Amino acid sequence: MSLKTFDHGIHPSYNKELTNHKKIEKANLPKKVVIPLQQHIGAPCKPLVKKGDAVAEGQKIGEASAFVTSPVHSSISGKVKDIEKLPYPGGGKVLSVIIEGDGTAKEWGNGGIGLDLESLTSETLRNIIKEMGIVGMGGAAFPTHVKLSPPKEKKIDAFILNGCECEPYLTSDHRIMVEEPENVVWGMKALMKAAGVENGFIGIEENKSDAIEALEKVTRGSNIKVMSLETKYPQGAEKMLIKAVVGRKVPVGKLPMDVGVVVNNVGTAVAVYGAVKYSKPLIERVVTISGNGVKEPKNLLVRIGTSFEDVLNQCGGITKHGEREVLNGGPMMGIAQTTLDVPVIKGTSGITVLAGKEIKPSTYQPCIRCGSCVEVCPVNLMPYKLGDLGRLYRLDELKAWGGLVCIECGCCSYTCPSKRPLLHWIRVGKIKVREKEKV
Amino acid sequence: MTGNIVIISMVSMGGIGAALSLFLAYADKKLKVEEDPRIEALLNILPNTNCGGCGRAGCRVFAEALIQGTASVTGCVAGGQDIADSIAKYLGVESVKADRVVAVVLCRGGEKETVKNAVYKGERTCVAANLTGGEKACTYSCLGYADCVEACKFDAMTMNDNGLPVVFYDACVGCWACARACPRDIIEMHPMERKLFNYCRNKDKGAVARKICKVSCIACGLCVKDCAVEGGIEMIDNLAVVNYEKCPQDDQPTKRCPTTCILFGEEEKMTKDAYYSSLPKKAV
Repeated sequence: MSLKTFDHGIHPSYNKELTNHKKIEKANLPKKVVIPLQQHIGAPCKPLVKKGDAVAEGQKIGEASAFVTSPVHSSISGKVKDIEKLPYPGGGKVLSVIIEGDGTAKEWGNGGIGLDLESLTSETLRNIIKEMGIVGMGGAAFPTHVKLSPPKEKKIDAFILNGCECEPYLTSDHRIMVEEPENVVWGMKALMKAAGVENGFIGIEENKSDAIEALEKVTRGSNIKVMSLETKYPQGAEKMLIKAVVGRKVPVGKLPMDVGVVVNNVGTAVAVYGAVKYSKPLIERVVTISGNGVKEPKNLLVRIGTSFEDVLNQCGGITKHGEREVLNGGPMMGIAQTTLDVPVIKGTSGITVLAGKEIKPSTYQPCIRCGSCVEVCPVNLMPYKLGDLGRLYRLDELKAWGGLVCIECGCCSYTCPSKRPLLHWIRVGKIKVREKEKV
Repeated sequence: MTGNIVIISMVSMGGIGAALSLFLAYADKKLKVEEDPRIEALLNILPNTNCGGCGRAGCRVFAEALIQGTASVTGCVAGGQDIADSIAKYLGVESVKADRVVAVVLCRGGEKETVKNAVYKGERTCVAANLTGGEKACTYSCLGYADCVEACKFDAMTMNDNGLPVVFYDACVGCWACARACPRDIIEMHPMERKLFNYCRNKDKGAVARKICKVSCIACGLCVKDCAVEGGIEMIDNLAVVNYEKCPQDDQPTKRCPTTCILFGEEEKMTKDAYYSSLPKKAV
């Protein structure tokens, strides 16, 4: 039987064997955390604490009044040292709260309010999810409660849990599915109830057979179906996943809810489990630390706000020689960092350190019109053309040729035999188009 | 026989040509678009570089706006006072004194002064490098990939050997192209009368700024105290900002600056000739 999947895409070397058999370990309690007040898509939070305040673990420290936003919580108990603009793994600087810890950690697990999922209404669930600062943990960090509140006229009939983890090197979702499948399904049921959906699907790439097995065991006899999908990048991109699982195509410029689907990540489901069952805000997450540049690749449960340096030191540090590239995320979509002072945020699914041969050379050759990039583009664009339009700032044409549809998966740059940095050019072009539209 | 063919083809081709030319001559008369002759005359006055400094798509659009009365005679920044006077004379209105603005690069942290904490291997333009933060530790500094020089259509900028852009004051027309091209907004447009500038945009705390760049503003506040008028220089977000409404243009505030980031009259020295004659002579 051929496995379900989407059209186009690539097969990069996954390198998951570095960490996919390693149990999730608890990271050391950080002495200091830096918590950015904007870790999500939407309005930035305003600080609720000031310099010198004592804060408890899980206390809300930032909030905004807009709908598309998500509050942030302190991940350790201690004292607010300062609030200032600090480097952010997504690029640039963001207003952040610096907290110095007092060395105590709270035991979450008692005093949960909603042990019985049946007694909660979907509205209460959505409120809990919003208050606990749950965002999409796959990387984009879109506030989850927004996804769960579709307008009335849009009927949602399918809920998909994204367990693809198609990004090379990363294994955090994989380990979560293997180690705590019950919690994943519990969280998924809560999410389905909050969205008012009956049919659930879990999409997993078939290279994670142990995860498929574990989840199938837990979901047997329920309305949740585990689907094994072809191992292909970018299988975990929202629109690709919908195409593979329910066979619907999300039109350009529309959202999954327009075709009656809500997609959430495995990590999000576990965070929802903690939030609903134990009233535990999103203050820690599983991060895969991998790549040739790391001495001891690991899957760590890290508190939000721990610096990259601290996390990497717990994995034996990074190799000292030659050029190294530290990425927030995996090698395909990750953003290169210029300093190790940046904190782990809600969207940090992994820290990848590339070294030696893994770093791509910076020289490129002319386009030979081979069409490889067109063949792999999952959203059917012509990257060779868009790349040039972006490079030359021909913005009207870039837009006309569908540049804004690009999901920035990087398949084109990966596959290009001339090593042309196509995605980089398209990204610059997209930024310029948006700037121009603002003016 | 051959002679016949030549004659036939000459006559037929000539006939078709004559018929078509008559048709074209008729169409030219019939379909003529009446254009304001003043647009053509104004275009002869304007520089025709289509730089966009007037905020319009090109010189023709600006000429049309002048005739409609929606543009000021001093609107052409590239042309300066001479062209403004000619336009005013042609349109029969009174000329106004054009404010000459020039580009000022507010960063002096080049290769020698700044600390680098990364290697950038991507596309070598500032906009692209700014996505990841570039090479320098300072996140407010000049990225050094010359997007501004690329944008300048008047040959009024170049990159010096320290990796920083230089503006030639005699050649800059104030068209804003470089300021718009800079993704970090370190190029600003200022009237010629302004001579006191804080050549730094770093908003980090003093201790941080000092570590990453030798010529950064460390927010010590000495220039604020030394300014003759209270409030002439303000400290906003760890950065000394000159308030040109109040601050007298003299070198008083620059004297005690520990990092020499605030300077007086620095830019006037740089003309195109001065710059190129200051370069070391190379053997050809």
